[in-house]
Order: sequence, then structure tokens, then C-alpha cells
Amino acid sequence: MTEVLRIEGLCKSFDALEVLRGIDLSVLKGEVVVLIGASGSGKSTMLRCVNFMELPSGGRVHFEGEPVGTLRGNDMVYDERALIRLRARVGMVFQHFNLFAHMTALENVMEGPRTVLKLDPATCRARGEKYLDKVGLGWKADAYPAMLSGGQQQRVAIARALAMAPTVMLFDEATSALDPELVGEVLETMKSLAEEGMTMLIVTHELGFVCAVADRVLFRSEGRILEQGTPADVLTHPQQPATKSILRGHGTFRPLEPNLD
Amino acid sequence: MGYEWDFAAVFQYRALLWVGLQNTILIGFTCLTPGLFFGRFVGAARFSGRWWLYYPAAIFVEVFRNTPVLVQIMWFFFAFPILVPFQIDAFSAATLGLTLNTVAFSSEIYRAGLQSVERGLWEAGRALGMTFWEQLRRIVLPISVRRMLPAFAKRGVELFKMTSLASVIAYGELIHQAKTISTIAFNPIKMYTADALIFFVLLFPMTVLVRRFETRNDPRGR
Repeated sequence: MTEVLRIEGLCKSFDALEVLRGIDLSVLKGEVVVLIGASGSGKSTMLRCVNFMELPSGGRVHFEGEPVGTLRGNDMVYDERALIRLRARVGMVFQHFNLFAHMTALENVMEGPRTVLKLDPATCRARGEKYLDKVGLGWKADAYPAMLSGGQQQRVAIARALAMAPTVMLFDEATSALDPELVGEVLETMKSLAEEGMTMLIVTHELGFVCAVADRVLFRSEGRILEQGTPADVLTHPQQPATKSILRGHGTFRPLEPNLD
Repeated sequence: MGYEWDFAAVFQYRALLWVGLQNTILIGFTCLTPGLFFGRFVGAARFSGRWWLYYPAAIFVEVFRNTPVLVQIMWFFFAFPILVPFQIDAFSAATLGLTLNTVAFSSEIYRAGLQSVERGLWEAGRALGMTFWEQLRRIVLPISVRRMLPAFAKRGVELFKMTSLASVIAYGELIHQAKTISTIAFNPIKMYTADALIFFVLLFPMTVLVRRFETRNDPRGR
């Protein structure tokens, strides 16, 4: 399996606040890696360092086998044009969808191919329709974001990222802002992507989804990776006190198994 | 009541009022166009994080926002010619004052419009691989300009009313013409009433248009 992403000793500080303190991670093609951990443990920051929405303060990132940035003395120097090319290869889905409010669903999905890849209009349209169909929203092509439910908006946002034909997809708490009844449709969309072999790096609190979809779970705490393994290992046999505490929190109140027949 | 509302004299001097109306419209648009045009650069400078752009723009805006327009016009007519080696006529002085004032106010509209666009939309564009200018051109400007339109229209109405201040330096717009006629015909009340009516007819449609902008329910998230 080819390695899509390799992170070595990744550090990130905001002024005096150290959010990431040396993260190592390798992601293979087609792998679904999930980051869990307490709020403020730097999960989002780590994701944002992968597509350089935040510049790391230390460490190295290799993307598709190529190192990103060049070492000059003790400092990494990042060329903005190289980062722009990298971002075009990495899809990102945000907690708050961030759809372009003045564009229809279809126009949102066409925007990347059009402005960034500079494809011709017919190709952009075909791509837009293809990916909107893929997330089951072809029938909403002409709707503006304000006319869509949160779940639909997030699926359009997923289609928008997919239309760039990315190598890896980043999901930053993609369902955290959704009403409970809308979470399922977005998770379904993500699951079908995973089944098609998309490489995915996911931050989420949906542990049920993690069990069903993740190849590997990383538990993060205080800027480090505390524990990692298959969902069965980490979620059912946690070793570290911090992991146990988080999982205990999740399990404090369990719903009864509903009979839906 | 003994007062006669006789508008015969107003009608008699209609040619002078007509000149006044033309001059009002002329100076209004002469100030509005460059005012809005240059306002965007000052607004962008204030939006910028670079201090050498931000501070000069901020000082310019605050000076013009916090001094009376009347004083600005008089200053450009009486004081400015002392500082520069050429004379300046009433039209140019009033235009200078009102234009710079409009630049200052419209720059604030641009800045507020840009700032009203959620950070997440910039980020979404950036994550797709857009450059800063692509984010601005494709996402931020189309959204913010829609939000700015009502404020610009309002500013336009304000500007046309402010042109009346040019009368103090004897620029022949509507108010100055009314003043001139009333010194001949001794009918200031009727002349200024006529002026008020003309301004109302000129500006009321614009105000209605502004309200249209504000109440139109646009799904594109204004």
C-alpha cells in the first residue's frame, strides 16, 4: 500500500500555548483514520496542519511521498504556491459546512473545478452533477444553501470537496453542528466514501460510526497521541487512564436498544 | 391667516432654479462616483492587517467622519488655496470636500461589508486551493457587495442632501439659487419650500429603492 501522508514530530503552538507536541502518523492509501480525544486536545489543529490551513511550528509533513516545505537553517519554509497546490489535492469538510451562500448547490460543487482546476464549463458541470448525485442531492442542484437542511448542506460540502478528486479527505467534526436526526445521512455518505476506498482522516465524537468505519483509531490527549489501534482495541480495551475517562464519559448514559421493526 | 402662498415668483424665476437643479445633480454625481470608487481602496486598507496601510487610512477616515462637512467645504475653499499655489473655485472646493467625505464614509461600508463575510467562507475557498484573490473575487466580494448595496444607496441620498452645503461658498446649486432669487423677489419662504419639494421629488424614489433592497428576501443569504 502506498503511503499518502506521513507526519513526523508535528508541533504547533499558538503563542505560548502548545497544542501539538510531536505527532507521528502515517496514513496509507484507502485507510480511514479517526482522531478522538477531549475537546481542546488539538484534533482540529492537527487536521488543519495536514492541509496547511495552519502552518506547523515544527516537524515534517510528507504528502504523496514528497516532503512539504524546505528546510532553511533550523526553520521550515513553505512556499504559498506549493501549499495552494497541496490544498487542491486535499479535501476538507468543516463543522459548519461553510457553503458559498450566493451559489446554488451545483455551483458550489462546480466552484473548485472551475476556479482552481480551471476546467472548461461543460466538464465542471458534469463533475458537479456527478458528485451531487453521489451524495444523493442531484434533485437539489438549483437550491441555495439557505434552502437546504443542515444535513443536506453538509452533503453538498462533501460533494464540493470530492469534485476536486482529492487524494485524501479531512473531516473536521462534520456532524457536530447537526441536529441528531440529520447526523445519520451525513455519516452514511462518509461511510460509502470509505467503502469506495477513499483515504480519510476524521475527527468525530460519533463512536458508533468509528466502530463501523475506522481502520485505525488514534486517541489524542494533551498534544500527543496517547493510544492507537483498531476500534476494537482502543474503544473496548482502553489502556490509558485518559482514554478510559473519555470513554466512561461517553458511556454514562446509554440509550436502550430501540426496537424499530 | 394673512400669509399668501403665492408661488408666481417661483415660477417666474424657474430658469434660475433649473440651473440650480442641474448643478445639484452635477455636483452630486461628481462626488458620488469617485467617492465610491476610491472608498474601496481606503476600505481595503483598513481591512488589511498591515499597519502602514491601516493607520493612514484610519486617520483619514476619522478626520472626515468627526468634523462637520460644512467646515470641510469651507476649509477647501478658504484655507486650501493658501497651502497650494493655485486658486480654487467654489465647485472644485465643494467637490473636494464632499468627495473626500464620501470616500471616508463609503470606505467604512466596504470595510464592514468585507468583515461581515464569515471566516469560514474564506477558509472553504482556501481549503479548495484558491489563492487570496480568488477567494476575494469568487466568494467574498459577491456576498459582501450584496450586503453593501442598501448602505451605498443610503449614502447616495445623504450626499445629495449634503450638496446644499455648497451654497455657503456661493456654488450655484438649488439652495444658493433660491437664496439669490429671494433677495430679488423677497420670497425666501416660498423659494426654500420649492427647494424642499424638488429635493423630495428627487430623493424619495431613491429612498423607496433602498427599502426594496433591504426587504427583498434573497435566498442567497444576504
